[in-house]
Amino acid sequence: MHEYSIASALLELVDEQARRHVATRVLAVHVGVGELAGVEPELLRQAFELVRERSVCAGASLEIRRVPARWACRDCAASVPPGLELRCAACAAPARLVEGAELLLERVEMEVA
Amino acid sequence: MCDVCGCGDREQVSVELHERILGSNERMAGHNREHFRRRGLLALNLMGSPGSGKTALLEATRRAAPGLRLAALSGDLATERDAERLRAAGIPAEAITTGSACHLDAGMVHHALHHLPEAPLDVLVVENVGNLVCPAIYDLGQAANVVALSVTEGEDKPLKYPVMFRAADLVLLTKADLLPHLPEVSVERVAEALARVMPEPRMIVVSARSGEGLGRWVEWMEAQKRVLQPVALAP
Repeated sequence: MHEYSIASALLELVDEQARRHVATRVLAVHVGVGELAGVEPELLRQAFELVRERSVCAGASLEIRRVPARWACRDCAASVPPGLELRCAACAAPARLVEGAELLLERVEMEVA
Repeated sequence: MCDVCGCGDREQVSVELHERILGSNERMAGHNREHFRRRGLLALNLMGSPGSGKTALLEATRRAAPGLRLAALSGDLATERDAERLRAAGIPAEAITTGSACHLDAGMVHHALHHLPEAPLDVLVVENVGNLVCPAIYDLGQAANVVALSVTEGEDKPLKYPVMFRAADLVLLTKADLLPHLPEVSVERVAEALARVMPEPRMIVVSARSGEGLGRWVEWMEAQKRVLQPVALAP
């Protein structure tokens, strides 16, 4: 259950944005969570509900964009389907993860005075 | 106040960002990595389930390679038992008790580094909290991730915990001395499961009890140490 520490780190980043823009309150926080980021969206949501109390994010919605894991050949860039051996069918080179491990703060919507 | 028409409505702004949520941990990890590089020290993040044999592996490594200057940081929710075991085995070790945290982070490792001996070291193993989920996503500044998976845990563990095994540079299949008692466990099937979650699967079958595979494990560490970026000399 590391989602609390992630929610706290997220709150700090949003708080920094709110101060920079002299926001009176935050309306929505948008995050991108990769399938292989090791973060459960529902747990992150629950953790965020708890840590945002009495913060500038009290009342803010959390919008989570799920990013599926996408693998491609390291050498020829051909797509490598998940679930099988992570190796290119054409040239046998190992696959690399193109996306799906990210854990990003992508957008903050705020009300400014 | 809205400054377009003066209507009294508050203005709304939407700020587009691309900011890593664990960025502050990653900056601290970068600081640790620089510290390890300056010391010419190979830092490994050793992860695995509770009871996968991480501490026993280190004790056996010490016996198998007495010339390797090994030190350890040992993370647990409570007690210093693992660090005490390692010190009894002749490995300088510092405990990191996390309270209720399920993983180590770069800041905890940074604090513990201050207590390590000044003497030259070859390898620092950070023995993470026993857990196959959370530790995988926190960079500590290590050069490589090593995951201990014991033969009794089930061949499909890699498929159930892909985040952890994707992050692994090496998997040590531990407690191999038990294999004769486990006819249903196939090392090949573990390797097949790994190949589906690890793009470049590397696995060494080891036993802390019999010493099987420890030579290859030590050779792997020595090879990793050789490819560490050489320290740039100050002008």
